[in-house]
Amino acid sequence: MPDLEARRVIELGYGGNERLVMNMGPQHPSAHGVFRMILTLEGETIAAMDSVIGYLHRCHEKLGETLTYAQYPSIASKTDYVAAMTSELTYVMAAERIGKIEVPKRAQYLRVLVAELQRIASHCLWLGTWCLDMGGALGGGATVFLYCFRERELVLDLFEALTGARLLYGFHQVGGTRYDLPEGWAQRCRDTVALIDRRLDEYEDMLESNTPFLIRSQGVGVVSRELAQEVGIAGPLLRGSGVDFDIRRDDPYSSYGDFDFKIPVETAGDCYARYRVRMQEFRESIRIVRQVLDGLPEGPISSKPALKSVGQVRIPKGETYARVEGPRGEVGCYLIADGGPKPYRMKWRGASFSNLAILPHIVPGHKVADVVAIMGSVDPVFGEVDR
Amino acid sequence: MRDVIAAFILLNAVVLIVTYLTYVERKFAARMQSRIGPYRVGRPHGWLQPIADAIKLLIKEDIVPALADRPVYNLAPIVFLIPSLLIFATIPFAPGLGLADLNIGILFFLAVSSLEIVGLFMGGWGSNNKYALLSAMRAVNQIISYEVPFVLTALIPVLLAGSLQLSAIVESQRGLWFVAYPVIGQLAFIAFIIATIASENRVPFDILEAESELVAGFRVEYSGMKFALIQLAEYTHMFGVSCLGALLFLGGWLGPGSAHPVVGAAWFLLKALFIFLLVTWVRWSFVRIRVDQILGLSWKVLLPATLILLMATGFWVAWSGGRVA
Repeated sequence: MPDLEARRVIELGYGGNERLVMNMGPQHPSAHGVFRMILTLEGETIAAMDSVIGYLHRCHEKLGETLTYAQYPSIASKTDYVAAMTSELTYVMAAERIGKIEVPKRAQYLRVLVAELQRIASHCLWLGTWCLDMGGALGGGATVFLYCFRERELVLDLFEALTGARLLYGFHQVGGTRYDLPEGWAQRCRDTVALIDRRLDEYEDMLESNTPFLIRSQGVGVVSRELAQEVGIAGPLLRGSGVDFDIRRDDPYSSYGDFDFKIPVETAGDCYARYRVRMQEFRESIRIVRQVLDGLPEGPISSKPALKSVGQVRIPKGETYARVEGPRGEVGCYLIADGGPKPYRMKWRGASFSNLAILPHIVPGHKVADVVAIMGSVDPVFGEVDR
Repeated sequence: MRDVIAAFILLNAVVLIVTYLTYVERKFAARMQSRIGPYRVGRPHGWLQPIADAIKLLIKEDIVPALADRPVYNLAPIVFLIPSLLIFATIPFAPGLGLADLNIGILFFLAVSSLEIVGLFMGGWGSNNKYALLSAMRAVNQIISYEVPFVLTALIPVLLAGSLQLSAIVESQRGLWFVAYPVIGQLAFIAFIIATIASENRVPFDILEAESELVAGFRVEYSGMKFALIQLAEYTHMFGVSCLGALLFLGGWLGPGSAHPVVGAAWFLLKALFIFLLVTWVRWSFVRIRVDQILGLSWKVLLPATLILLMATGFWVAWSGGRVA
């Protein structure tokens, strides 16, 4: 991949082919956290792009070795802090798989419920920030952003009523979930998703007949099917490029097989296709949430007793890989247990990390303004990239 | 002496109005985004917010980048502001209520308002920052591209009225505002609004500010009072162009009771506010389009369209004398 010729900087002369090296980030309005891009520009066109990551590294994998199975789930939520429920779920699923721990049906349904609500909240954030990237904090982008945050807030309110926290929950535990639904929560959840369903129509009305939005997103940042599979991107990006793959359907976990939902696939591979995929995922998530609420079985929420001490959960010797379809794609956790209360080794596979690898392939040749549009459509969360 | 006092009053009135336009815009945008907007400073509804902002900017530290081209950097906000204020010299607020009703008023307006590009480029160049430089290059591209259609659309009312004098253009709209002129009026007004948004550098044409790519564009290094001057210049320019739109298309001060200068001026300001809010409405509902798309829109669509419209107007006026039956 290193295209040295493209990165060669020609000092400012008057030959007509001067290049300019411009640094974007790590502190930049559209860095989506702390991403650094070093762009080599020819006028407004990008000749080459280098990416620098690691500004948010917090030694998550080492932390995983020093914290017990009871402690780490609430830290796991800090990897992908926009979709905290998903990361927690991945970790506890890995531990349960090694220990062959049975999870009660009600807990499995609750896990699906929060995972899908989390997907709605995460996609709300994505739509808002992506439009913010294209439209600016002083323009129409900010309008969409604030609308999306209004809806995300409703979901966070639900999570707050459920777990007491709004961003990082600690909802899952090995063997089940820590909390059951409070009284009246199910009805509140139904009302919320019905409201979001209506608001989604408004967004689509607002965006899909909006010419500036269309010309900024259609045909920009095209990822071909082959490239997508070669680089190994996941989630909505992969499905936006025409690959029909979703772990929820192809490798079901936590009773996903009980529910009826479609996997949206678009073939264009551009930013607009990724937008369409995510907008349809919104609807599918809402459908799944409704099905879970309708079919929620009675019973215990955990096969393990409530947590009393940090070393309470012990997992027998073994190793496994557990994966979950997060809002950004495949979130995986590789766990090696040695029989004690802490894992011997833990490894995260972040969806944002592998998705980010697509950028140097598709960015060159685009204009500076497209970089932020493509970046936004990839939807990286840097907690998950750097871990 | 009388002129000096008049100029002093006008200058202060304009600055005050422009300061409060920022407040109007913030409230308007807040309503669009289901927010409240400024609320804390001053009761009711935070009406002291613009004053508080100005004081805050005044007492902020003024930072000059070490590698900046100091004279250019320091002069740029002033060079940027002066043309924006100068354009108000020719604007008649009501019959006889204006500083200088030049017989080539609109020519003066267009000539002076396009000078702002100089200050803008100075700011972008003098900051010695890559974002600012890129923004300044975009600015030159964009403003020069849109100045042409802007002038062409502004010439259509001139043709219809048969005068370059702004007060004469208003007077000739006594029977029919030019925006209501069949076909020509509406097309010209739409083209005028598009060109206005572009020459004011607002979303969807705000590629030189482009805070999601170029952080803040040419003013990224400015702080404190210099930033305030640039901000003031932008809003003054915006208000000036809104006034021009009100004069050219919406009949200026004409309206019930406009024989009295105060009522006339009130009508005029209301119409200018209408155009300002129209532009603001567009701003808060669209995303920014790319530099190549902006230039394409100007040279491939807007310029031929306005040119054809201008020629059609010319033939129509020559044939019919410009009178609608």
